[in-house]
Amino acid sequence: MSLPLVVILAAVVLSALLGVLAGRRQPKNLEAWTVGGRRFGVVLIWLLMAGEVYTTFTFLGASGWAYSKGGPAFYILIYGTLAYTISFFLLPVIWRLGKAHGLHTQSDFFLHRYRSRALSVFVALVGVAAIIPYLQLQLKGLGLIVEAASGHSVSSGAAIVVSFLLTSAFVYSSGIRGSAWVAVVKDVLMLVTVIVVGFGVPSAYFGGVGEMFRALHAAHPGHLTIPGTTGTMDVGWVMSTVLLTGAGFYMWPHLFASAFTARDAVTIKRNAVIMPLYQIPIVLVFFVGFTALLAIPGLRDGDLAFLEVVRATYPPWFMGLVGAAGAVTAMVPASILVLYASTLVSKNVYVPVFDPGASDRKVMTLSRAMVLVITALGLLFAVLLPNALVDLLLIGYDGVSQLFPAVVLGLLWPRLGARAAGAGIVTGLAVVVTLVFGGHDPFLGMNAGFVALVANFAVTVAAGLATRREVPT
Amino acid sequence: MVQRPAVQKGTRLALLCGAVPFVTLVLALPFVNRVEPTVLGLPFLLAWILFWVAATPLALAAAAWCERRFNRPDRDP
Repeated sequence: MSLPLVVILAAVVLSALLGVLAGRRQPKNLEAWTVGGRRFGVVLIWLLMAGEVYTTFTFLGASGWAYSKGGPAFYILIYGTLAYTISFFLLPVIWRLGKAHGLHTQSDFFLHRYRSRALSVFVALVGVAAIIPYLQLQLKGLGLIVEAASGHSVSSGAAIVVSFLLTSAFVYSSGIRGSAWVAVVKDVLMLVTVIVVGFGVPSAYFGGVGEMFRALHAAHPGHLTIPGTTGTMDVGWVMSTVLLTGAGFYMWPHLFASAFTARDAVTIKRNAVIMPLYQIPIVLVFFVGFTALLAIPGLRDGDLAFLEVVRATYPPWFMGLVGAAGAVTAMVPASILVLYASTLVSKNVYVPVFDPGASDRKVMTLSRAMVLVITALGLLFAVLLPNALVDLLLIGYDGVSQLFPAVVLGLLWPRLGARAAGAGIVTGLAVVVTLVFGGHDPFLGMNAGFVALVANFAVTVAAGLATRREVPT
Repeated sequence: MVQRPAVQKGTRLALLCGAVPFVTLVLALPFVNRVEPTVLGLPFLLAWILFWVAATPLALAAAAWCERRFNRPDRDP
C-alpha cells in the first residue's frame, strides 16, 4: 500500500471513529440526533457550520472557476459573506421558534408557521430533491480527489464506497454531534493544506503571489476582472448571483436546520459575526487555480486544476495529505446531508402521509432506517449512475432559494397564508425550470434563479394581499 | 389588521450596519471591476472584495452592539 493511501485511509477511519464516539453519551432520541439537544455552544456551532460550508467544491470548484473563468469566480467570496449577514438577522428568529415549538427541520418550520401539511410535505420534497444530487456531487468530488491523490492506486468508486459507508455509520450512531466533531479533523486538515498550497504553489512557479498576478495579467489581460473569459457572466450576473445564492444559502434544509442546534440565540449571532472571516482562505484556493492556468494550461476540465498543479509541484507523500483533507472535507457535508434527508423523508413526508401520530421514538427509528436508504441512493447515483441527476444538480441552488420569500415574509407578515406562500414557491420553481432548461440562463444578463426569485416575491406578495382575509391571526 | 410593534431603534441601526456588505460587495461592483491599481500585489477587484469580506465581521459586531445598546432586552429580535 502506498504512503499517500495509508495517510488517506488513516484520516478517513479515524474521523469516522471520532464521529461514532462523539455520540456515545447522548440520549437516543430525535432531539439529540437531529439538533444535538439544542446544546451547541459557539465552538461546536462554528465547526458545524464551517464544516457544512466548506465542501469539496471549495477545493475543486473555486480553483476550477479561477482557472477557466477568471473574475466571475470571485462571486464565491461574496455570497457567503452576504449569507452570514442575512443569517445574523434571520437565524436567531428561527432558532427561537424552534426552541419554543420543538422544531427539528425546515419542513417543521413550514408546518408550524403555515399550519399546512401539504405545504410542509412539498417543502420537504423540494429539499430532498436538492439534497440528493448535492450529496452525489460531494461523493464524486471525494472519489476524484482520493483517486488522484493516491496516484491512481485506488479507484474513485472504491474510495467513495469505503468513505461513505464509514460516514453513514457515524451518522447512524451519533447524528449531528458526530458531524460537528469530525469537522474538527476536517477543518485542521483543510486549513493546513490550503495555507500550504495557497502560498506554496504561486511561489514555486513565480516566486510569490504578486509576481504570479503580474504574469497572469500580462499573459491573459481581462482574466482577473469580470466577466473574465466568459461571455455571459458580466457584472449583472455576478450581482444577481450573489444576491440569489446569499439569500438561498440558509434555505438549504441542512443549513437551515443547523440553526436549531445552537444553545441560544446569542450563540448564533456570534457565529454569524465571525463566519465571514472563514471565507478568506478561499482566496488561497483562487491563487492555486490562477497559477495552474499559467503552469499547466489547456486542461479540459478546470475542476482538475487544483489536483493537477499540486501534484506537479509537491512530492507524493504530500498528496496523501491533500487526499485526506479532500476525503474528510466531503465526509462532513455528506454526513449532514444524509442526516437531514433521512429526517425529512421520515418525519416530514412518510409520517404525515402514511403514519400520522407516530411516536417520537418511532420517528427516530424510521429516520435511522432511512439513513441506510439514503446511503444506498447516494452510492447508486455516485458510483453507478453518475449522470442521472445532472439536471437536478443544475437547479438545486436555484430551487432551494425559492423558499426564501416564504420564510422571510412568513416571519414579517402574520397574515401571509399557506396558499400564497405556496403559489410563490411554485412560481419560482416554474420560472427556474423554464429558464434553465430552455437555455435562458443567464436571462437578460442576470442569473435565472434570481429572476425566478423576483417573480416569486411578486406572486407571494400579490397572492398574500388577495388572500389575507382568509388567514386567521 | 393586527397592530404590529414599531421596529426598535437598535434594530434599525443594526440593519444599517448589515447593509454595509450589500453596498460594498454588490452595488459597488460595477465601479471596482478593474486590475489597476494593485494592492499588495492583488488585482484591485480582488483586493476590494477581500477587504470588505474581512470588514463585514466588524459591521456585524457593530450591529450586535447597537441591538444590545438600544433595544429593550426582552424584545431583542
